[in-house]
Amino acid sequence: MVELREKSPCDGLLPLSIGALTVTELALGQVTSIAPYPGQLDQVRADMSETHGLRWPAANRSQSKQGVRLLWFGRDQALLIGQAADPKLAGHAALVDQSDGWACVALEGPGAEDVLARLCSIDLRPSVFKRGHSARCDLRHMMASVTRLGTQRFQIMVFRSMAQTLVHDLKTAMEAVAARG
Amino acid sequence: MRIAGYGSVADARDVSFTFNGRVLRGREGEPLAASLLANGIHLVGRSFKYHRPRGILTAGSEEPNALVTVGEGAAQEPNVRATTLPLREGLVARSQNCWPSVEFDAMAINDLAAPFLGAGFYYKTFMWPASFWEKLYEPLIRRAAGLGALSGAPDDATYEKAFAHCDLLVIGGGPAGLMAALQAARGGADVILCDEDLTPGGRLQSEQEQIDGVPAQQWVDRTIAELDSYDTVRRMPSTTVTGVYDQGTYAALERHHGRGSSAPVACFWRIVAKRAILAAGALERPIAFANNDRPGIMMAGAVRSYLNRWGVACGERVSVFGNNDDAHRTARDLTAAGVHVAAVIDSRHDAPTSTEFRVIRGAQVCNSSGRGRLDAITLRSVAGEEKLQTDCLAMSGGWNPTLHLTCHLNGRPRWQRDIAAFVPQTEGSIGAVPGLEPVGACRGLFTTAQALQDGAEAAQRALEALGKTAVAIDVPQSETDAYRITPLWSVPAHSRAHGKPSGGFAWMQGRAWVDFQNDVTVKDICQAAQENFASVEHMKRYTTQGMATDQGKSSNVLALAVLAEATGQTIAQTGTTTFRPPYVPVPLGAMAAGATGQGYTPRRLLTSHAVAEDRGATMMEVGLWYRAAYFPQQGESNWRQSCDREVGYVRSAVGVTDVSTLGKIDIQGPDAAKLLDFVYVNRFAKLAPGRVRYGLMLREDGFVMDDGTTACLAPDHYVMTTTTAAAGQVMAHLEFVTQVMQPDWQVRISSVTEQWAQFSVAGPQSRALLDGLLDGGFDAADWPFMSCGRVSIGGVAARMFRISFSGEEAYEIAVPARYGESLFTALVAQAEALGGGAYGMEALNVLRLEKGFLTHAEINGTASLHDLGMEGMQKSDRPFVGQVMAARPGLVDKNRGRLVGLKPRDADQKLTAGAHVFDPEDTVERINDQGYVTSVGHSPTLGHMIGLALVSNGLDRIGDPVRVVDHTAGLDVICEITDPVFFDPEGERARG
Repeated sequence: MVELREKSPCDGLLPLSIGALTVTELALGQVTSIAPYPGQLDQVRADMSETHGLRWPAANRSQSKQGVRLLWFGRDQALLIGQAADPKLAGHAALVDQSDGWACVALEGPGAEDVLARLCSIDLRPSVFKRGHSARCDLRHMMASVTRLGTQRFQIMVFRSMAQTLVHDLKTAMEAVAARG
Repeated sequence: MRIAGYGSVADARDVSFTFNGRVLRGREGEPLAASLLANGIHLVGRSFKYHRPRGILTAGSEEPNALVTVGEGAAQEPNVRATTLPLREGLVARSQNCWPSVEFDAMAINDLAAPFLGAGFYYKTFMWPASFWEKLYEPLIRRAAGLGALSGAPDDATYEKAFAHCDLLVIGGGPAGLMAALQAARGGADVILCDEDLTPGGRLQSEQEQIDGVPAQQWVDRTIAELDSYDTVRRMPSTTVTGVYDQGTYAALERHHGRGSSAPVACFWRIVAKRAILAAGALERPIAFANNDRPGIMMAGAVRSYLNRWGVACGERVSVFGNNDDAHRTARDLTAAGVHVAAVIDSRHDAPTSTEFRVIRGAQVCNSSGRGRLDAITLRSVAGEEKLQTDCLAMSGGWNPTLHLTCHLNGRPRWQRDIAAFVPQTEGSIGAVPGLEPVGACRGLFTTAQALQDGAEAAQRALEALGKTAVAIDVPQSETDAYRITPLWSVPAHSRAHGKPSGGFAWMQGRAWVDFQNDVTVKDICQAAQENFASVEHMKRYTTQGMATDQGKSSNVLALAVLAEATGQTIAQTGTTTFRPPYVPVPLGAMAAGATGQGYTPRRLLTSHAVAEDRGATMMEVGLWYRAAYFPQQGESNWRQSCDREVGYVRSAVGVTDVSTLGKIDIQGPDAAKLLDFVYVNRFAKLAPGRVRYGLMLREDGFVMDDGTTACLAPDHYVMTTTTAAAGQVMAHLEFVTQVMQPDWQVRISSVTEQWAQFSVAGPQSRALLDGLLDGGFDAADWPFMSCGRVSIGGVAARMFRISFSGEEAYEIAVPARYGESLFTALVAQAEALGGGAYGMEALNVLRLEKGFLTHAEINGTASLHDLGMEGMQKSDRPFVGQVMAARPGLVDKNRGRLVGLKPRDADQKLTAGAHVFDPEDTVERINDQGYVTSVGHSPTLGHMIGLALVSNGLDRIGDPVRVVDHTAGLDVICEITDPVFFDPEGERARG
């Protein structure tokens, strides 16, 4: 029998440390895209609350509870990260496995915002982009999902195939920040 | 000459630098211009057109003359302003636009030819013959004229680009800007303070002033300390705001001088601010008089800057020429520093007098003399003309508010008579920048007291607009001397009383320079007006006034004042030219930061990428993807050998290739089938679970958008594949259909391209391969052609589709992407064991060509269903996107290019994609064009080249000879039109 080995999107690329900043790969576990059908959002909201104990996130927000995160991921779409989606949800929403579709990293350390400021255009000031806030935005030339996990910690997701470019772009930006001392 | 006890760099380190090969010493951090002046060097460059000797005019970024080239090789940077370049150890700078040296410039001969080279000369002279312009005239002119040159090598310096956000952006770090930032910070706003200067204080650094009873610098230091104590304040020194864009977006260029070699040299910022305060100050303007461009003639404010800020006297016997009270400060400061002031010449009869220096009232400077450097000026008053020995003339024609940014959204400034200057339009007027408020000198309030008060009040209004709590304004006491001015723009070279001198080179004596950077004189502007280029925009283009790196910062107002005089209009009627970004030159490298070379686009790499590279695969770019083109083996010397071998794998054994780049779209919901039926031209409503169907979709205009297969995985659950090229387009199309056309349908789409790694296993041995691969083996009876289902490989749940793009029995296997590399490795190993192996894009292309399958070479955006021979697929009983438009007569005309095959009559002959098709009897001319070749390949199966082509009425011409011509490839071949399917037309091999 053939044995298939797993390989993570950033295998061989991370971890990366420059100055006090680090980038590490985040293993997301099960990732499911949940897209309520037109007019079904209220039902999905109720099902989600009942089955996973999570509130459906408003645009640009995420909910997290005991290592499971429900991340707003676009119009009428959220990602359930870290837990298999309850089949009950399938009655009113399209559920799609995305566990392998995205490269996900954590950027952490003092100046993490300065690194991101070199790559993406959104307002990341702590007063505006708070813990749990999330945005689908450009990261240099890639479409990304950026979420604040902590005061100096961000989650960044891009297409799996772009992992190498992501690490390269982060590294360049980290070097530029480090060069300012 | 340095003045002891003066200047902020008195304690700075002594460093050595090189200017035009001479090793000199200066103080670290002072501008190169200050170091040169301290070394007695006034002659810095040669002028643009006439190669006249030019010196340092200003002390800021507006400098038109003192441009130097810094660095060498790839890092060479031209047109660097010596006035803003901080000195560092080992700096190498040189003069521009001169040969062999700045002291003796051979091209100065141009100056003698000046009467022929005036405004409009090129336009009138180099008209004929037209073909000479590009080949002869332009290169010659460009060689003779111009500024610095690039090295021609790629710039290897690092640049960065960044974004910033704030409540309030304060532009300018002078008294108004500092006060505004302070007030806003006290009120709790998030403030960014951008200052073009490296050190804060603006003009306060260049003046002898008191604020709150202490030297201004102390107040600046105190203010900075307070600003730095707020973590809501971000100071950005050496950062020039270069442009204003919509929605409160500002561009800014931050220069990093003298960092380590690997550090970025500049950062291009885009700052988004809810409100902005412009405190950009004002720029002093020159007065046009004969030979006012001689090195040693400087702006009066600049002379004060070099004295007070840098501790350098610009001359030993300085004279001052002005039309306003401000100019007298220069004389006062110089006298206090012990520098001899020869005289203050003031054009006003009511100018203030002084006990410390001689003031000549009601007089004008009308000429200058000196070789390479000023040694005397000629003044004219009612008493006649007088020559005065002086080695530096500080001139001031008044101050122009730096209002550029207020006009970047098409605002027009308004003329204010009492200060003889343009000021910004009030907020809310047409073209005014929303949320941007000019304060202090940049709106014509020239005293420090006014600047401080204005800055604080504007910040207060900004706080209010931002919904912050206002705090009491506390403005310190400061200088309140009123600014008095009587306009004086130009001084005629010859007074009416004295008449014109005659003979010799007398005409050369009279040139009064308006635009130093572009060598534009009063006479040029008058000539433009005379030739009816009387609008200010026409005058600018006719004379080139206000162009190039300084964009006329010193010359614009003077030029239009001269134009107003020449045309008999007022200055207000004449108006200004359009202010456009950038305010200072921005290196393209900064705008392109990170996006050069491979940074230009992201690279999308397949899960099989590393394995393919290890096998020596040559990669080709397909959109952003990198795909293996072919896998060379030992002994193969060109790609064709590899390609032929790989085609053979599929036709006679089994081949494996990565097809993950094809778009994969998950479609779910009760209305999923309805959606498929709506976007595809053919029927999908009845596609059963476990079955796959080929489909074609159209754009709304009726042309073919894409083709692909869609598999029904379960009731209400489908996965659509698209071509690699159209994956994004199809996804966007489906979004449009579901969001706009059918928003109520119970269906959702989701891209799963990245989720699944998918590989094609193709060839007669594919069954054998699968039998050894799938858990529980493989039974072909379970997998008829165009079926799909779930399989398990090593315990991993996978999907399998029996579809073929090669015409052979073929299967596509999809696994979650984490297993992609591992599965590819296993598949290739098993294929090799069966006499096959991996194949790349080249072989894939040949295989599909042999079968006449389409790619976007054929679905090229101009092809209709009819053209591709697919019109029979359309359903007639239900609507689909593009249905009506596809039926337009123009899209179904039989004379349109229709898809056919081509094969050369002589099997050895080549074909090229892009070649055009003609009747053999016709001449090869556009009017005889019958179509073109879309794709070609060498078929090892058939032993000759084959091609697909869109040929007019092609399907009725099968068997006919055509002439295929490609001038770019030197190709002229007789071919035969064939059916587009070259191999196994019945499709029996794929069905198995």
